[in-house]
Formats: sequence, C-alpha cells, structure tokens
Amino acid sequence: MPDVTWLGLTWDQLLFIFRGAGWTLVLSLLGFLGGTLVGLPLALARAKRKGGAGSWLLRHGAGAYVALVQGVPLPVIMFVVYFGVSIGGFEVPALAAAGLAMTLWSGAYLGEIWRGCIQAVPRTQWEAAECLALSPLQRFVHVILPQALRIAVPPTVGFLVQIVKNTSYSVVIGFFDLTYSAKVINNATYKPFQVFTIAALIYFAICYPMSVMSRRFEARMRRA
Amino acid sequence: MDATLIADAPAAATDRETMVRFEDVRKAFGTVEVLRGISLEVHRGDVTVLIGRSGSGKSTALRCINGLETINGGRLTVCGRKLHEPGVDLRALRQEVGIVFQSYNLFPHLTAAQNVMLAPRKVKRIGIREARELAREVLAQVGLADKAEAYPEQLSGGQQQRVAIARSLAMHPRLILFDEVTSALDPELTGEVLRVIERLAQGGMTMVLVTHEMGFARSVADQLVFMHQGTVWEAGSGDILRDPQTPELRQFVGNGL
Repeated sequence: MPDVTWLGLTWDQLLFIFRGAGWTLVLSLLGFLGGTLVGLPLALARAKRKGGAGSWLLRHGAGAYVALVQGVPLPVIMFVVYFGVSIGGFEVPALAAAGLAMTLWSGAYLGEIWRGCIQAVPRTQWEAAECLALSPLQRFVHVILPQALRIAVPPTVGFLVQIVKNTSYSVVIGFFDLTYSAKVINNATYKPFQVFTIAALIYFAICYPMSVMSRRFEARMRRA
Repeated sequence: MDATLIADAPAAATDRETMVRFEDVRKAFGTVEVLRGISLEVHRGDVTVLIGRSGSGKSTALRCINGLETINGGRLTVCGRKLHEPGVDLRALRQEVGIVFQSYNLFPHLTAAQNVMLAPRKVKRIGIREARELAREVLAQVGLADKAEAYPEQLSGGQQQRVAIARSLAMHPRLILFDEVTSALDPELTGEVLRVIERLAQGGMTMVLVTHEMGFARSVADQLVFMHQGTVWEAGSGDILRDPQTPELRQFVGNGL
C-alpha cells in the first residue's frame, strides 16, 4: 500500500479526518437529543393559548429564551458555555461544553419549529376533541400531537442538516470534530485545498441525504 | 333529579323533562351583543330548530348549550346543570350533550371507527372489544357499516358528516346539537345527512338544530324558533313558516323559499 494516497495525504491523515467526522456525528446527535428535551417543552409552552395563571409566565419565559438564543451567534454561545462553566470552578471537557451549547441553541429553534406545527393543527380539532369530553391532556395526546408530528417531520429533518453544519462552530472551543481535525491536518501538510475539500465532501455526504429525505417527506405530505 | 326539574318548569309547557332552559340569556363578544335576552325551552324527545339570518345569534345560542361559549347574563340550565353558575363540570356536561359541526371536524389521522371509538375508550374507559361493537352499531345507524376502516379523506362530505354524527351517538348523549351540518354539502349529499337526522328524530332523540334548510326545518321541527337580532323573534310549531306573525319572519321565509 503506498504511503501517500492520490490526494497527497497519508492514510493516517485521512483516517484522522474521518475520526473528526465521527465526533461531528456524536455532537450532532447530542445537539438533537438535547434540543428535543429543551424544544419540546418550549413548543408546548409557546403554543399554549391565553388564559390560566401559570400560563403567562410559561409563555413569556419561553418566548424570552427563544428570543435570547436567536439573538446570539452560536460560536458566542459556545464560548459563554465553555468559559462560563469553567469560571464556576469546573473543568469541563470540550465535548460537554459543545453538547450543552448545541442543546441550548437547537432547543430554541426546534421549539419554534414545533410550536408552528402544533399551531398548524386547526383550532376546530381542539374544539371537536373538547366537545367529546376529552381532558386537555387527552386532547393533546390523541388528537393534536399525532397530526402535529406528521407536519413536523420535514422541517425537523431539514433542521438536522443545520445542526450537523453548525457543530463546526465547536472548533472555537477546541472540540475535536471534522473541521478541527481538518485544520490539524492542514497545519501538518500545508495542503489546505485538498484537506478542506475532503472535509467539505464529508459534510456534504452527511447532509445531502437528509436534505433529500426532508424534501421527500414534504412532497409526500402535500400529496396526502 | 328529573322530578325537581319538572317541578321548576313553567306550568304551561309540558309534562316532559326540560332538557335545556334559556332564561333571559345574554352573550356579548366584546361590545357586540349577540344574544340579547333569549328565553327558550327544549323538552325531552323534541326537535327544536333555530332559523334566522346570519348573525342573528342562532349558532351562538347553540354553542352556549354545551359550554363552548359562556353566557354573560341570565340563566341557562342544560340537563340539570346550571351553566350560569361558576364551577360547572363541562366534561360531564359534554358526555350528555353531543355536537355536530358544519365542517365535520373528524380527526384526519384516525379511521371512521377510530374516530367513533376515541371518546368512549378514553372518557368512558370501555374495553376495546366493546368499543368495536359500539362503533359497528353507530356506524350502521348512519348507514356506513362498510366504511369503518376508511380514513376521513377517503370519504365524501356527506359520509364524513354521517361519521361525525355516529361519533356523537357513540357517547350515548341525551341531547345532540347540530350546527348547520349540511351547509358545506351539495344538495345530493345534504339529503343523505338529513335522512339520518330524520331517523334520529323518529327514534326519539332530543335535538337542537341550526339550519338553513327551510323545508327540512318545517318537516322535522316540533318547535321552530326564528331568531332575529339576538332575540327569539317568533317561536311555535313548524306552522309559523306557513303563517308568519311578524314582517321579519315573513320576509325571511319569502327569501328562503
């Protein structure tokens, strides 16, 4: 086996980049799972209709959170989380900080996406469920949620693409992902064009199938 | 409980139980008064039909009966429950009072049978086998025994509306409200829905209908109520359409027929 591949990089160097890609996937998964945990309650709080004492605080608290996250760039959130936690005297691994930052960030956006999906279910569906004597929770679980989930699939898969791409910002706090590993190899080889083209192709290989899937789901929904 | 209701009823009415009693009921949306003091009674086994122009308050009056709208004044008693007092158990009320909407409002992700079974299963907690049996029974009642596994989108408007009626029947309500249930249907489909309602009437079901189908109103109504500007303008048997006492009803009938 020749030491240098057709791209002018060694197999070890290529493997190193792929290892970074693996961590990109790990961080994406963390960001999506964490974002789901944060986004789901946010969506519920924000989709709540007016009325009820606790609901004002919930709705406005959730609204403020979303506004805050949407008004701050992701790399800055990464810094704030990374250094904010270490000021508290805790040494956190970059993965934990990046995962937390991705969680906070994607939670806000997923929350907004899902709020829209819940609200896209016609009001008359709530009303019909109410008139059948279903409890508020039953109305949501058996009538609204299944319909909202269907609506949510295409934009959620679409947002997964955003999550994968935006994990690259974790490079600012030194997390070892695809972008970071590519940077390291570039520093060792001085072949920036080859190295970052490879990184770009790997990102594309991850994201493109998801984009296609999202479009397919959307088309299928329009037919239904 | 029924006995006290009858004792409370005005002497004139009838010896049958009063299911719904409006007493000077008022309702406003913001500054717009939609119901301006209506009084009305619905007796068990009767078909009461509300007619009138758009905006006359008839749909609002109907929606007050199952608590979809809360009243601002007067007294409203439905199946023995005082809706004008705070703390009414609306979920209990709605097990006794069904409603069918103009736009069907079937649950699109559920089959006809599942639409019918949902509330009996979740609210009344009946078993799955009993629920299936119930679904078969009420779907047969509206002539759709063969459509149990169909999704709403696979059904015509008239069929969807009949499923909605079956869904309401499955709760074994004491009273069913129909809010312009044929207004979204073409004449042919209107007929199949009206025939189902007619059969229910013959079966003794207590019903309150809002409709624009004048011929149907006259034929099915035990009590016909003409609403105008948020009040009960004229009420009586189906005959009031043949011999209106007020110029407003005369004009309404003239336009309608």
